[in-house]
Amino acid sequence: MTRDQLLKVIEEITIVIEENKVHLTDLDQAIGDGDHGINLNRGFRAVKEKLESLRDKDCGTILKTAAMSLISTVGGASGPLYGTAFMKAGAVVAGKEYISVEDSIKMFDEAIQGIIARGKASRGDKTMLDVLVPAFEAWKVAFEEGESTEKASEKMLGAAYQGLEYTKTIIAKKGRANYLGERSIGHQDPGATSSCIILKTIVDVMAKGE
Amino acid sequence: MVGIVIVSHSNKAAQGIKELSIQMIQSPVQVIDAGGMVDGDIGTDANRIKDAIEKADDGDGVVVLVDLGSAIMSTEMAIEFLDREQRERVVIADGPILEGAIAASLQASIGGTLVQVKGAAEECREVSKL
Ligand SMILES: Nc1ncnc2c1ncn2[C@@H]1O[C@H](COP(=O)(O)OP(=O)(O)OP(=O)(O)O)[C@@H](O)[C@H]1O
Ligand SMILES: [Mg+2]
Repeated sequence: MTRDQLLKVIEEITIVIEENKVHLTDLDQAIGDGDHGINLNRGFRAVKEKLESLRDKDCGTILKTAAMSLISTVGGASGPLYGTAFMKAGAVVAGKEYISVEDSIKMFDEAIQGIIARGKASRGDKTMLDVLVPAFEAWKVAFEEGESTEKASEKMLGAAYQGLEYTKTIIAKKGRANYLGERSIGHQDPGATSSCIILKTIVDVMAKGE
Repeated sequence: MVGIVIVSHSNKAAQGIKELSIQMIQSPVQVIDAGGMVDGDIGTDANRIKDAIEKADDGDGVVVLVDLGSAIMSTEMAIEFLDREQRERVVIADGPILEGAIAASLQASIGGTLVQVKGAAEECREVSKL
């Protein structure tokens, strides 16, 4: 992925999050405080304002700048969590203008480790990790098995959406939804949903190959 | 003197807790509220918290009281953003935000150390109300 594609990814995420603002907030209304869509929309709008100044920067700087914007504007748990993820992913490609497949695996891994370190959740707690961890594993394994980027993307998204479905079946152990206990069963996790949306956007931009 | 920072999702809650905390103390303890977002919205903001910590620290350290969820994560980030030297003397108290802030402010006002002030906030966990 080129630097320009990375910028395009971020720009597209901003658009897609805006489109899904109400949907994400509705999901959060059911098992949280009803602000996830509002939070992320505010965060990515702040990121978007920085994009123009990042056109000629390296991938690490782009991601780090986006991270800092998210951290200080999102307001909810997804701010420090996605902020840390972007920061950790950015550190992998500091100074680089191109993201290789190996980089992407490392970035994905680092991002997840960052989220775990920050939020102390594990897979099965009904959070974004229930999408991100299986998606990462599918992505990594696909390349180990010699699959094309296209096929790996397909498998990664498949695992992500399967993880999203899985969040409907489990009790929340972290975040606001944790207060609901068993009543959180049957509802899809908002953060897991936004993670799917973000992954889908990355794949879509890669597929266009501009 | 150890400083106190109050991190709540709500600006009003943080201000109110600060108000209640300084009511009981004579000496000028730095109790700084860092509630909500810059625009007054509900939420937590690591940069705002970092600024509050820097304001509260006169060199003796800062105890941060937090409400829930992202308040903890944003505070941890704020601490990571500090200079290494200052970072070592900033701690999060694992206690109730309101009672903890009152107890911590009192302990700070009588010259308590960082450990004592944090301990005062955390002891509030054990106090039963009825
Ligand atoms: N500790 C955690 N680890 C991983 N993900 C988490 C954690 N806490 C919350 N989340 C994710 O964040 C999503 C909620 O994001 P949102 O922006 O609505 O934050 P919030 O819960 O309202 O924040 P706050 O803690 O400020 O109340 C959840 O759906 C979940 O996926
Ligand atoms: Mg929420």
